[in-house]
Amino acid sequence: MTTPTPTTNGSAWGARRVVFYAILVALTLVFLTPLVWMVITSLKTYTAAQEIPPSWLPNPIAGYGYEQIMNNSANPVLRWFLNSMVAATLHSLLVLVTASMAAYSLARLRFRGRGVTFALIVGTLFIPPTSLIIPNFLIVDQLNWIDTLAVVVVPGAASAFGVFFLRQFFLSLPNELEEAATLDGANQWQIFYKVVLPLSKPALATLAVLSFLTNWNDFLWPIFVLFSPEKLTLPPGLGLLQGSYVTDYPVIMAGAVLASLPVLILFVLAQRHIIQGVSRSGLKG
Amino acid sequence: MADVIEVGAARGDAPPPAANAARRASAGRTGRATPYLFLAPYLVLFGVFGLLPIVLGLWLSVHQWDFQLPNRPFVGLDNYKELFSSDSAIFGDWWQSVRATAIFTVLSVPLLVVVPLGLALLLNRSFPGRTFFRAIYFAPYVLGVAVIGLLWRFLLDANLGLVNRLLGVLGLPADTPWVTNMPWAWISLVGVTVWWTSGFNAVIYLAGLQDISPELYEAARMDGASAWQRFRNVTLPGLRPVLLFVITTTVLASANMFGQSFLITQGAPGTETRTVVWFIVEEGLRDNDAGRAAAMSIVFALLLAVVSIANFRLFRYRED
Repeated sequence: MTTPTPTTNGSAWGARRVVFYAILVALTLVFLTPLVWMVITSLKTYTAAQEIPPSWLPNPIAGYGYEQIMNNSANPVLRWFLNSMVAATLHSLLVLVTASMAAYSLARLRFRGRGVTFALIVGTLFIPPTSLIIPNFLIVDQLNWIDTLAVVVVPGAASAFGVFFLRQFFLSLPNELEEAATLDGANQWQIFYKVVLPLSKPALATLAVLSFLTNWNDFLWPIFVLFSPEKLTLPPGLGLLQGSYVTDYPVIMAGAVLASLPVLILFVLAQRHIIQGVSRSGLKG
Repeated sequence: MADVIEVGAARGDAPPPAANAARRASAGRTGRATPYLFLAPYLVLFGVFGLLPIVLGLWLSVHQWDFQLPNRPFVGLDNYKELFSSDSAIFGDWWQSVRATAIFTVLSVPLLVVVPLGLALLLNRSFPGRTFFRAIYFAPYVLGVAVIGLLWRFLLDANLGLVNRLLGVLGLPADTPWVTNMPWAWISLVGVTVWWTSGFNAVIYLAGLQDISPELYEAARMDGASAWQRFRNVTLPGLRPVLLFVITTTVLASANMFGQSFLITQGAPGTETRTVVWFIVEEGLRDNDAGRAAAMSIVFALLLAVVSIANFRLFRYRED
C-alpha cells in the first residue's frame, strides 16, 4: 500500500530498502533469540549451564536435560505431554460440535427466544473469565471432576467465543444454498451436515486450531484443579518442574522445548488459519 | 454485511415466493423442536459453566464459605465491607494486589498499543518476506504463559541469564537484579509481556489497515500531505474502531495478568508484584475462603467494567 515516494532516485531507494530490512532483521533477533536460547540451553550439561558468564554454545552437545525429563518418576513429563495432547484434542472437538450446532441454530433457524438466547451468550463475553474461577471450582468439585481429565476438557467449552465466531461465518453464507437443498427434500440436520459444514471448513479449522492452542496453553485453571503428578497437563507440570529443579536450567528448558514444539509446529502448518482467526476477532469491535 | 441478511430475515421483508414455500416445507418436515435441539448441547455447557457460576458467585459472596467447615453462614455484605475497611485483616494485601495490577496495566497498555502499531505499519506494504516476518513477530504469542514464564525467569536470572550477559558484552552494567528488585521487576514483567503479545495486536492492526481505502492515501498525497500528516489524518481515523478494540481488550488482558508474575518474579520483591487474580485464587482456593474471594471477584469485575465503559466514552467523544 505505502509505496516509496516516486521522487527518490534509484540509490536512495536502495539505501532505504537496506534500512528497512535491517529493522526487520533486528526485530527478528529480538523475537527469536529467547527461543533459540531455550533450545541451546536445553542441550547443555548442568555444569555448562552454571558457568558465569554463560557460554554461547553447548560444548559438547548434551542430552542431559532431555534424559532427565524422560526418566523421571516424580515429574513424568511425557505423561503430561500425553495428557495435554488428549485434553486439547478432546476440548477442541467438543467446542467444534457444540458451537457449530448452536451457531447454526442462532444464525439460520427462526425460533422463539432466539434474540434473548444470543444476547445472553454474547453478554458473557464481557465478564472476565478469571472472576468466575472460584464458583467454577465449586461446581467441578460438586461434579467430582477435580483431578480428572474432564476438568480441563469441558468447562472451557462454555466460552461464548466459538458460538459468536461461527455464527458470524454462517450468517455470511447465501440463503439460496439452503433453499435449494430444502427443495431437494433435505431436512435441517442434512442441510447443516451436508451443506453448511462443508462450506465452513476454513472457519471450523480456525476455531479448532485456536481452541487447541488455548487449551494446550492454559495455566491458571489446571494448577488449581489438577493435583496428582500423573494427572497434570504440561503447563502446571512445567511449574512443578521449575519447583524441583530450581536453577538446573537444561532440564527446565528441555521441558519448555517439549511444551513449545507442538504449538510451534501447529503454527507453521496452520499459520493462515491462526492469523485470520485473530484478525477477524478484531474486526468485530 | 452479515447483519443485513439477519435483519432482513427477522423482519420477514418480502422474501421471494419460492423461498416462502421452501420455508413452510422445511418447517413441516423438521418440526418446532429442531432449533432447540441444535442449541441444547451448547446450552447445557453454557448453563453449567457460564451462567451458574455468575449466580453462584453472587451467592457465595454473601456467605462465609470455607471448604473445610460444614457451616457456611449467611454474612450479608461483610465480605465486601472487609475489602473497604482499613482495620480488616485482608485490607492491606487486597489493596496491594489492586495497586500491583493497576501499576502493571498503566505501564503495559501504552506499550502494547503503540509497539504493535509500529510493527503493523512496518509490515503493511508488499515486499518479499512479508508473511515470514509477520509469522516471526507473532510466534511468541502461540506459546503459553508457562513456557514464556520459565524461559524469561531464566533469561532474566541475574547471574546465569542471557540478558545480563548481553548487556555485559555491550559494556553496560551486567548485574541488574531483574526479577527480585524494584523497579526492575516491573520493567521485566512489562517487557516480557510486550515481547510475548505484541504480534497478536499487530495482526489485528494489520487487518484494520487493510480496510483503509488506498484512494484516501492517494488523495492525501495529491494534497501534499507529509508521511506524518497522512498517518495523523488518514491512518489513525481509519483505525479508530480497531484501536478501540485493541485498547479495550489489552486493558482487560493486562488487568487479568497472573502467570508472568507467578512464574517470573514469583511476587517479588515481597508480595509487591502479586496481582488481583493471583490474590483471589490464593485466597479462595489455597486459604479456603471462597466467600471472600467471590466478593473480591465481583468488586474486580465491576472495576474492570467501569474502566471499559470509560474507554468507550473517551473514544466515542473524540470522534466528533
